[in-house]
Amino acid sequence: MSISAPSAPATGQRSEDYLWTLNFGPQHPATHTTLRLVLTLEGERVVDALPEMGYLHSGFEKIGEHLTFNQYVTVTDRMNYISPMANNVAWHHAVEKLLGIELTPRCRHIRTIIAELARISDHLLCNGAVGLDTGAFTFFLYAFYQREVIYDIFETLCGARFTNSYTRVGGVSQDFTPLVIEKIRAFLATFPRTLDDMERLLTRNRIFVDRTKGVGVLSKEDAIARGATGPVARASGVTRDLRKDEPYLAYGDFDFRVCCAAAGDCYARYLVRMQEMRESLRIVAQALDSLPDGPVNVGIDQRTALPAKSQVYSTIEGTISHFELSMSNRGFEVPCGESYAAIEAPNGELGFYVVGDGSDRAYRARCRPPSVLHFALFPHLIRGHTLSDVVAVLGSLNIIAAELDR
Amino acid sequence: MTSRESNRGPGFVDLVETALPGAVTGRNLEALDPWIECPPARLAEVCRWLKTNPHVRFDALECITAVDWFEPDPKKAAKVAWQPHIELVYHLWSTSARVSLVVKVKLPRWKDDVPGSLPEAPSVAGIWRTADWHEREVYDLSGIHFTGHPDLRRILCPEDWEGYPLRRDYVMPLEYHGIRGR
Repeated sequence: MSISAPSAPATGQRSEDYLWTLNFGPQHPATHTTLRLVLTLEGERVVDALPEMGYLHSGFEKIGEHLTFNQYVTVTDRMNYISPMANNVAWHHAVEKLLGIELTPRCRHIRTIIAELARISDHLLCNGAVGLDTGAFTFFLYAFYQREVIYDIFETLCGARFTNSYTRVGGVSQDFTPLVIEKIRAFLATFPRTLDDMERLLTRNRIFVDRTKGVGVLSKEDAIARGATGPVARASGVTRDLRKDEPYLAYGDFDFRVCCAAAGDCYARYLVRMQEMRESLRIVAQALDSLPDGPVNVGIDQRTALPAKSQVYSTIEGTISHFELSMSNRGFEVPCGESYAAIEAPNGELGFYVVGDGSDRAYRARCRPPSVLHFALFPHLIRGHTLSDVVAVLGSLNIIAAELDR
Repeated sequence: MTSRESNRGPGFVDLVETALPGAVTGRNLEALDPWIECPPARLAEVCRWLKTNPHVRFDALECITAVDWFEPDPKKAAKVAWQPHIELVYHLWSTSARVSLVVKVKLPRWKDDVPGSLPEAPSVAGIWRTADWHEREVYDLSGIHFTGHPDLRRILCPEDWEGYPLRRDYVMPLEYHGIRGR
């Protein structure tokens, strides 16, 4: 983040006086979040772009060194606030790898379901915003209405709509109730029809296709070399999906496809996201059908997950376990070690690198957000396109500044 | 060799040692994420070999982290098992072989033990383009100077920010341009 006047773009000092500089952001309706672009324009054509970030830097990694493994989940909610459930899952995925905790089958299924619902809500917003920025307001409303349904499911599940903080070390905060399952089933039944409507609205819409096809093309080689992940990479033909490559949670048990496209432009990224929502629905349906019975948290004998309230009030083990875990320095044992674990978050690969030093707090809690690398791609994608394409490219990369800056 | 957890076995690390004698100064292949350690002076050489070797090409750099091993409290510092130092951790991934490897580099906390002069490590931005912003972030928050980086500026904090917030002995400034700090 710079507070002084923008320096010249990396290509050096320019003497051409017909080039002009446009400051885009940090507060702009089409950036959707707080980030800034310094564009060098020749008429309407973008010659160069200089991305600036840091406006929302809140020291999340420093906070991670002061909060316990369970407390920090509330901070991860605030990273990619479009799909906080996926962040919760990612954080505790890394912590449980460090602690060597094996989740119960029911917990694995539940986390898979909520991670996929988070993916749907993230893709809905991203594609909706691309539609909005290119002039398709109706499409955005269709998308946002369905996000509302997912918010309702999350509210029924854990009481919070937006910042869920749902996972815990070794489990989740609330088990699925029959009402939650009923709501998810209702969503599974109704959402494909909305998705059909949305595709009819936009996928062959002449204006939208003209605005996005051939814009912001990312080649397969560039996608790998520049570290693109998730839908951005898959739209360029990179067949990388952590759910398939290194199956975590219960993904290995389910039948789903990795959605790819070859074109690598904004339109391909839109198509990949639309397809991924259908695949996510398939995963959720399979996970619900095969949802195992049994406990959702690891047992109290392992002393890692808070026991259920019924156990706390009626058994001595439950009471002891509850208080030990609630008191500082009496919680679970953390090895002196380190682990890097990543999940396929809606936006791409979301990794956490956790270093433990024996205490109940992380010695270092590094986050590898997908947005950073996608934002670094931006100048490469926009060069040569027009000013109006800036919002289409920015929207298709789905950059969330809170995750970008942490 | 399909998952991140799978062990690459000592075979591959031996290949590194054969190609670059003396470049691997430490290894732990039984760790959760198997790692090798190399001296800072040879980091660029090792990374270039890892990216271009014919066996397992690590073509993606996922993350660069600096861990500041330092305990500001002298009482606690007497009990810890390590000497104060900074560890740079590089997480590599091979898209073709689908395996990961961690490369670690140990640096002093300050160059020549002069507080304020940043320790130096060679930049790998010329090898993996993704390293560009990762290194800027590590420079910004942990205070490591990457020699040979094309554009080493602060990325998250303002340009005139003082100190490196992810150092363990960092103290938040009292005031910044009229804004109360702590």
